[in-house]
Amino acid sequence: MNGPLLHVVATILTILVVASVAGFVLARRAGDEKARATIHNLNARTRSWWVMVAVLGGAIWAGATTTILLFALLSFTALREFWTLTPARRGDQLALFLSFFVVLPIHFALLLDGWYGLASIFIPVYAFLILPALTTLSGDAKDFLARSAKVQWGLMLCVYSVSHAPALLLLDTGTPSSLLLVYLIVVVQLSDVFQYVWGKLIGKRRFAPGISPSKTLEGLIGGGLTAIAIGVLLHGLTPFSPLEAAGVSAVIVTAGFFGGFVLSAIKRDLGAKDWGYVIEGHGGVLDRVDSLTFAAPLFFHITRYFWTV
Amino acid sequence: MTALIRRVLILLVRFLVGARADWRGCAPSTAQRIYFANHGSHLDTVAVMAALPWPVRRLTHPVAARDYWGRNAVLRWIAETGLRAVLIDRKPVRGEDPLGPAAAVLERGRSILIFPEGTRGSGEEMGPFRGGLHRIAARFPEVELIPVHLDNLQRILPKGSLLIVPITCTARFGAPIRLEEGEDRGAFLRRARQSVLDLVA
Repeated sequence: MNGPLLHVVATILTILVVASVAGFVLARRAGDEKARATIHNLNARTRSWWVMVAVLGGAIWAGATTTILLFALLSFTALREFWTLTPARRGDQLALFLSFFVVLPIHFALLLDGWYGLASIFIPVYAFLILPALTTLSGDAKDFLARSAKVQWGLMLCVYSVSHAPALLLLDTGTPSSLLLVYLIVVVQLSDVFQYVWGKLIGKRRFAPGISPSKTLEGLIGGGLTAIAIGVLLHGLTPFSPLEAAGVSAVIVTAGFFGGFVLSAIKRDLGAKDWGYVIEGHGGVLDRVDSLTFAAPLFFHITRYFWTV
Repeated sequence: MTALIRRVLILLVRFLVGARADWRGCAPSTAQRIYFANHGSHLDTVAVMAALPWPVRRLTHPVAARDYWGRNAVLRWIAETGLRAVLIDRKPVRGEDPLGPAAAVLERGRSILIFPEGTRGSGEEMGPFRGGLHRIAARFPEVELIPVHLDNLQRILPKGSLLIVPITCTARFGAPIRLEEGEDRGAFLRRARQSVLDLVA
């Protein structure tokens, strides 16, 4: 294990241990009902973090194939959550079946194969043209434009965007590509965690109550700055200089904000609080990867354009 | 070997339809029960079975239509061996109780799962309940009747489609009901149907 990675692993484990111990102590002290509910949710989140760190860390450690397959499974679950909440008509059955069982597997197979050129256009060109074309065969024109957009948006968010995270493994920047993935995920997720922490500690001004009621301006700024600082500290995982790492982290954090907002806006539009239930305390997979949907493609393209050999 | 295949079957169903259990009105229990659910697609039997925890599942026998599940050797094997189903004739010989095989299972102290609509409704609307549930309730008054509502099944596998869309199906288990003293057949069946409808979202 190289130096910076050892630091990351040690730090993550330390944070989890501290969070678990703090949660245990707080749970004993919690007085009223509301505080107890908050602590209960906090502890559920921490427990889930242990599992997520173990699963993702294990997959990355096992290698590129395992990591890509894990993300394929996450995409599948995210897409299931998307379509469980999003209404569809009988005429969309074929397009949805193909989204899950043909488009998603082909896209990830292209990544496994390392065929970047086709992987980058397969969904946004071919799937986007073919699926609406096949839907016309059902003869149902009601809400056709909106229905096609939903099919496309579902694939774009849950499959195409998210897949840019494991696609980092295809990049040759002169440093181990798995560390780029670790870097992206640590900065994105810690940005979310610290937004939550700062928001709970000093949050006052609601940022966008109509979209995401719990997000505050103080949380956004505090969480964003903390995540950028962590991004600078971890520059050793990447080919970036400390200053470059600050810039790249700022992009990741900003994109992550908007990923979270856009997914929240869709959730509100569909009248749901959480996307799913598979991750205790967090909701669904889509609740956890929402910031990644926007941050991963940007991070991928910046790194690929400026730093690949 | 059979146990392994059963396990794989349940995992496959959970992967395909989520099959999440939501215990609204009662807790999972190995006590003898009669589960009755709305009928959404051919997947409903497997969806409820996959949602039940293993200790409950192994004591529960779904009641399934022979004209579908007995159609060929594979389906029949999945039903009888994989799901421990009892197959019944929906159009029985005159004078015979179509639910006879289900009653026999209850006599042995096991639980059953039945679909009182008898046939899959065409739309979103749940059909009226047939009399079988009332006959069973009258014959086994001491057994709890648990309403079960399955959502999304029509979207996962609509009638006439062969294509599965693997969205999440949630099985909601409601509070037990019983046949009241002096309650007539129609009133009981309407109340039972309403107890399933009350579980919608």
